[in-house]
Amino acid sequence: MIRVEKLVKRFGEVTAVDDISFEVQRGEIFAFLGPNGAGKTTTIKMLTTLLQPTSGSLELDGLDPTVHRDEVRKRFGVVFQDPSLDQDLTAWENMEIHGVLYGMPRKERRERATTLLQLFELYERRDALVKTFSGGMRRRLEIARGLLHTPKVLFLDEPTLGLDPQSRNQMWTHVKTLNDRDQVTVFLTTHYMDEADRVAHRIAVIDHGRIVAIGSSAELKEQTNTESLEGAFLALTGTSIRDETANAADSMRQIARMWRK
Amino acid sequence: MLNVIFILWLREVKKYLRSRTQIIASLGSPIMYLGVLGFGLGPIFRKAGEGSYLQFMAPGVVGMTILFTSMFSGIALLWDRQFGFLKETLVAPVPRLWIMIGRTLGGATVAILQGLLIFVACFIAGFRPLSVVVIPLALLFMALIAVVFAALGTVIGSSLKDMQGFQLVMNFLVMPIFFLSGALYPLTNLPRVLALLTRIDPLTYGVDGMRTVLTGVTHFGLTADAIVLVAVAITLLTVGAWRFSKIEI
Repeated sequence: MIRVEKLVKRFGEVTAVDDISFEVQRGEIFAFLGPNGAGKTTTIKMLTTLLQPTSGSLELDGLDPTVHRDEVRKRFGVVFQDPSLDQDLTAWENMEIHGVLYGMPRKERRERATTLLQLFELYERRDALVKTFSGGMRRRLEIARGLLHTPKVLFLDEPTLGLDPQSRNQMWTHVKTLNDRDQVTVFLTTHYMDEADRVAHRIAVIDHGRIVAIGSSAELKEQTNTESLEGAFLALTGTSIRDETANAADSMRQIARMWRK
Repeated sequence: MLNVIFILWLREVKKYLRSRTQIIASLGSPIMYLGVLGFGLGPIFRKAGEGSYLQFMAPGVVGMTILFTSMFSGIALLWDRQFGFLKETLVAPVPRLWIMIGRTLGGATVAILQGLLIFVACFIAGFRPLSVVVIPLALLFMALIAVVFAALGTVIGSSLKDMQGFQLVMNFLVMPIFFLSGALYPLTNLPRVLALLTRIDPLTYGVDGMRTVLTGVTHFGLTADAIVLVAVAITLLTVGAWRFSKIEI
């Protein structure tokens, strides 16, 4: 479903993604696990047509995102690290706009929005403004919205960041159900080891823009002779803390946090 | 295509109509200008033989409202692309140009609505247009001003990298555009430098156009005003579309 070969992305002097190759099978849940600044988000941005790779090749459902942009866009749904809902609109209106943007006929759009909102337990609150929603509800709505146009691949970029354990648990249950039922391929990034361990069929550990290990959770543990995925992760990526230099997005994120309080 | 542009336009308008506090808050400064300057400078303006100051400045205050509202909606792009809805639209299978048009027209419409509210406030304060028939023509000029500055806002909002730039734009662009526009003083007999600066300010032509239509007093003439505004609007929309297509997130 996804094929990445010798992918490189440089921003000036910095190499964010450094020659990575991997494949994701149809119906698989694939996790990118890595410390901050490892290149997880950059890879997702390239797969979702938001960034152009410096070199290397990409393929999603047999199509190249850099060439068949709009065709590829119809085939995936994405939940970004930062929220992308319109908080001043209702849940239903957010779904409606998405359906229109993806050119869905009215009837289909409404039926599917109803089904998905019911599935994600948001239907009762469909006419409430998103700003009255809790963090977990917002995330669920984003996932429901990302699935509205029946994509083949769902990208989730650190979807559980800032959620409480209950919401995290509930969210992953929904994602797993969807994967089982509809065979949606899921590509997720996280730095929570337990999540990758629990939901992902295969995990790629990425560090400094390179894939340092790839395989199922059991394989990774075996490879590194460790008991837990956390042990495997630390064995692979080292214990030093990554000091990312703050960029414009980080400073804005800080302001956003201040305002939300 | 049209339903994509329409729904993005509708989104801006809906959000505006829902934000009552914001509507009231943004009426504050124009009403203050109108009240304090309009009545405060009135006597001296009359003594100078220029007639009613309120009558003179009302189109200027309407222009100012449209300027602030439309510029702000464009610059809000900056915020929107990191924490808002913009990213959702940028990965949708539609050309960015449609998104930019829907958004910009929505911002412009909100600015016109806001301008109309101030127009009503001016009327209550005692401003009287020549007749009712001229109001549609005044609306046309309001729309031109709104499109020009919503497009300028899009250019800036697509180009800025972080929030620090925002203050810079407010102080060194938006405020000068307002003060140099002839909204508050007549453009005749100005010192040469100031006269030159007022002529390169697009809002000058917008305010002059509205003033001509509403009160019959003109500086450049209606045709010249309209031509300049349309030309600037087309230029800025083109630059805006280009900058918008370059947004990376």
